[in-house]
Amino acid sequence: MTAIGATMRSELIGLGGIVERNVYLTKRYFLWDVAFMIWTIANTLTIVFIARSVRLTVAAENTLAAKLLVGAVIWAFLGIIFEFMTETVAWERWEGTIEYTFMAPISRLMHLGGQGAYAVLYGLIRATILFFAVVLFIGIHIPHANFGAAFALLAIASLSFIGIGMMTSVLPLVSPEKGAQLGFVAQGLMLVVSGVYYPVSVMPHWMQLISKVSPATYAIRGDRASIVNGTGLVWADVWPLLIIAVAATPIGLAIFHRGEQYAKKHGKLKRSG
Amino acid sequence: MSTLAVPNSLSTSVRRDVPAVDVEHLTKVFRRRDKNAGKLSRRRRSMPALKDVTFTIARGECVAILGQNGSGKSTLVRLLSTLLIDDGGSARVFGYDVVDDAKMIRRLVNRVSVEASFFKKMSADENLSYAARFYGMPPSVTRTAIPKILEKVGFPPDRRSESMQNLSRGMQQKVALARALLTSPVLLLLDEPTTGLDPRSKLEVQDFIRDVRATHDATILLCTHDMAEAEALADRIGLLDRGELLFLEPVADVKRRYGVETLEEAFFAATGRSFEEEHDEDDEYREVYG
Repeated sequence: MTAIGATMRSELIGLGGIVERNVYLTKRYFLWDVAFMIWTIANTLTIVFIARSVRLTVAAENTLAAKLLVGAVIWAFLGIIFEFMTETVAWERWEGTIEYTFMAPISRLMHLGGQGAYAVLYGLIRATILFFAVVLFIGIHIPHANFGAAFALLAIASLSFIGIGMMTSVLPLVSPEKGAQLGFVAQGLMLVVSGVYYPVSVMPHWMQLISKVSPATYAIRGDRASIVNGTGLVWADVWPLLIIAVAATPIGLAIFHRGEQYAKKHGKLKRSG
Repeated sequence: MSTLAVPNSLSTSVRRDVPAVDVEHLTKVFRRRDKNAGKLSRRRRSMPALKDVTFTIARGECVAILGQNGSGKSTLVRLLSTLLIDDGGSARVFGYDVVDDAKMIRRLVNRVSVEASFFKKMSADENLSYAARFYGMPPSVTRTAIPKILEKVGFPPDRRSESMQNLSRGMQQKVALARALLTSPVLLLLDEPTTGLDPRSKLEVQDFIRDVRATHDATILLCTHDMAEAEALADRIGLLDRGELLFLEPVADVKRRYGVETLEEAFFAATGRSFEEEHDEDDEYREVYG
């Protein structure tokens, strides 16, 4: 095996290690996950029931419920990705393993990529459960839904979400006390400009401009179209997501690198921060 | 007893014509808020954790660095582990610079610290698997390597699947040793590995360190405040006091230099304080940040 091949193999094994660890932890905390799942379903119901309170025709009410549901599911999905990414450092600091991880010979791309890969897998499973639980509970009719396209678009959007998550994952490294919470602030800001429960067109013009660089805008728009109208993958939604992913990952890594250097300079790369 | 082999990839990375550790004029300064400044002031003052430290460790040598809490021992270990960036001087591990060649050094070094530090809900097996993956060890390798290394450190096989949180501190420290050795490091950094252990566990860990020296091609840097442990395990002993390395030489030379019988007396002669004496607030700060 060539040196490059051996390095790549080693890096991929490291990425697999992060996924493996998260599988172990999910197994250990399974009942907690069930509890959080119930909370997420309840939270989503509070949003989707709004459609029932508006005086509309049955068909329009059903469409509104489906649109709200797509927004809520993507909010939950994005929440999981940001939680995993932002807490990459926070978990390790809590458990005390942070120094061992950061002194290991794995690149930050694989380290954060492994965390992101597991977050996407775990998030897609949870998003699927959430979606169908609410559909069944409220009785939403989505006969034309193109689940394949919706799933594929969410998977493509995940690449951008991971890249942006890499940017936020540096926050607990720089501020051990408040960094993780700032990650959730970033998530909220991204969704508010992305038309999570409303069309982007209702926002002020300056917010609409910002929405163009948010991957959630395209994920929400495309998934809504797939679920409500049965639309397939639309290139107009795919290409911006790919471009944002290509840009966000190196920017995220560069920001993380800067944060890591800062932490090493100031002695923050340790369990007590 | 089986010898833990250094993987080929590591053997080729290790230069034999250079010291295992070569530290020159190494300096690390932390900054803290100046408590004499007003409450709203952001004025900070410098707190040197390492001051112009210079020493070398030969390949295969075991060197102990003694020092009280806050003396700079952990700062030194963390600099050599690539977890800190120095503020002056240089540190090289087998010829590789700890800042510029950090990734290469990470393949050569592993450590055991005073805190065992594991994912507490995960078992010893799972924690070791996870740690090994970062060093490129696939499941096909760890499936046999982990039981072997745990057996070697005297960890009961029937407890391998138990959560770490259910294990005693001594057991956890054995798993920490296993984790460090699983990756066959050529430089092993031991930062107070026996602090807080009961006497029996302490002896077991010390025996294991001797065994590693005898069977494994590893250079060991042991940082401790246990003088008896340092004397029993190390070829040379150094004294780090408030960031300054006062000496680093064989125990007999230390005693001869100060004309004393014990290392405690040598510490007193070198610093003017007893080893047990309270350290000051600045030392506590260095302890926290270093």
